[in-house]
Amino acid sequence: MDHAPFILAAYAIAAVLLAWCALSPVLGGRKLIERLRRAYRETERDHAPKP
Amino acid sequence: MSGTKASGALTALLKRDLLLAYRRRSEMAQPLIFLLVVVSLFPLGVGPSPQLLSLIAPGVIWIAALLATVLSLDSLFRSDFEDGSLEQFLLSGQPLAVIVIAKTAAHWLTAGLPLVLLSPLLAVWMNLPAEGARVLVFTLAIGTPVLSLIGAIGGALTVSLKRGGQLLSLLVFPLYVPLLIIATNAVSAAVAGLPYTGQLGLMLAGLVAALTLAPFAASAALKLSLE
Amino acid sequence: MNRIWLFFHKMGSPPWFYRFSGRLLPWLWGLFLVSAALGLYLGLFKAPPDYLQGESARIMYVHVPAAWMSMLIYVLMAVMGFVGLVWHVRLAEILAMCSAPIGAFFTAIALATGSLWGRPTWGTYWVWDARLTSELVLLFLYLGVIALYNAFDEPRKAARAASLLALVGVVNLPIIHYSVTWWNTLHQGASISATGSSIHPSMLWPLLIMAIATKFFYAANLLVRTRSRLLEQDHRKQWVRDVIMGTGN
Repeated sequence: MDHAPFILAAYAIAAVLLAWCALSPVLGGRKLIERLRRAYRETERDHAPKP
Repeated sequence: MSGTKASGALTALLKRDLLLAYRRRSEMAQPLIFLLVVVSLFPLGVGPSPQLLSLIAPGVIWIAALLATVLSLDSLFRSDFEDGSLEQFLLSGQPLAVIVIAKTAAHWLTAGLPLVLLSPLLAVWMNLPAEGARVLVFTLAIGTPVLSLIGAIGGALTVSLKRGGQLLSLLVFPLYVPLLIIATNAVSAAVAGLPYTGQLGLMLAGLVAALTLAPFAASAALKLSLE
Repeated sequence: MNRIWLFFHKMGSPPWFYRFSGRLLPWLWGLFLVSAALGLYLGLFKAPPDYLQGESARIMYVHVPAAWMSMLIYVLMAVMGFVGLVWHVRLAEILAMCSAPIGAFFTAIALATGSLWGRPTWGTYWVWDARLTSELVLLFLYLGVIALYNAFDEPRKAARAASLLALVGVVNLPIIHYSVTWWNTLHQGASISATGSSIHPSMLWPLLIMAIATKFFYAANLLVRTRSRLLEQDHRKQWVRDVIMGTGN
């Protein structure tokens, strides 16, 4: 039996799972920062400008 | 007005819970009926061959016991949590561990012990030979209190959650794995004529460990849930 | 000694931690990439095939480090959870909870790679051997911690409940492992040990380097997750506003 496809599949799955693990907080973090930035801008606009 | 001793609180609470369980007899019976149904589904699913059934009997009966126990665990603390009694216990000044032991004992008497008593019937259904059935009853007698004790930890952790019951099963099943392995092995060994007292001894050790440790973990979890 | 104590004390403050971890991150990622590249090169190209298993033994260089991490992370999660529970250190709670998904990922990798290793070596995709079965139960333990954490509305209560569960689990881990190993010897008889006899250095080095790579990955990933969680939980505080709007010192 040729072992190569199994080795390839194993490393590929590991790579995909690690990439998912690494990227999901990065993408989630970016979305969070965008959402907060927008929310902060709103509250800054609501405050009356100082004389 | 002298303070109540912890042992007094324990017996009072135990009596109360047993009385409540008696008033809700049909509710208490449901997990046991579930147990009977699940075990009887197996021959329907795998075929009635007596050899096959006796081979898988220890595992099937024990797994059915696990499932039935998990069904009844959610109600261990839930109704007291919902009507505020649990908070009153916390404020009463009695050590929470006592309350946990009392309620767990009530749970075992109403959910675990009937399971032990039903097991000879299940052994007959699954074509388990007599030596195996005897040891099965022993393993369930020792094991079901452990199921209640470990389950109390899970119940305490999830009592404040709306859908706690589903989560509860996911939480306790991995913790039940060693018990399942050793118990079923004891029964299989008995059927094969091999020694099984070592396994029973291990289970007894597990029971002692659970009795001493689980109430504290469950109390800590209850305090958390009541915050 | 005083400086170490001061360092830990400062780390407990979220803005300080955020700044410090931000500076540390590029280094951690860099070290991960370097050690992973080296380990992969040595493991896939330089190391010899196994005497008994042939080329498929190369899966060991990703399977074994992943399995090691799956167990190490659980212990670390329990320790950090303990610190959070006993001393109410919020950062410890967050670090513990952010470790859980990483540990679950490594466990999944260990299971998948172990399964693919099993097919050419033992003939089946899934083998109820002691290691794989323990890993599967470990995955369920991780999923339970994650599920319990996500079930609560209030984050600190959630973290404490999940930490308690993790502690109960860590006490059970050796029991589970022991009972599964014992169960396995009864049912499997003579099963081929994953690495045979003592490891030759040409196979040991890639293994150790990959193990080190996984540790850098864990550290980096943990910091990314923790920073995100801190921003989220503290979003009403001034330091988060300063960080996101780029103001402040």
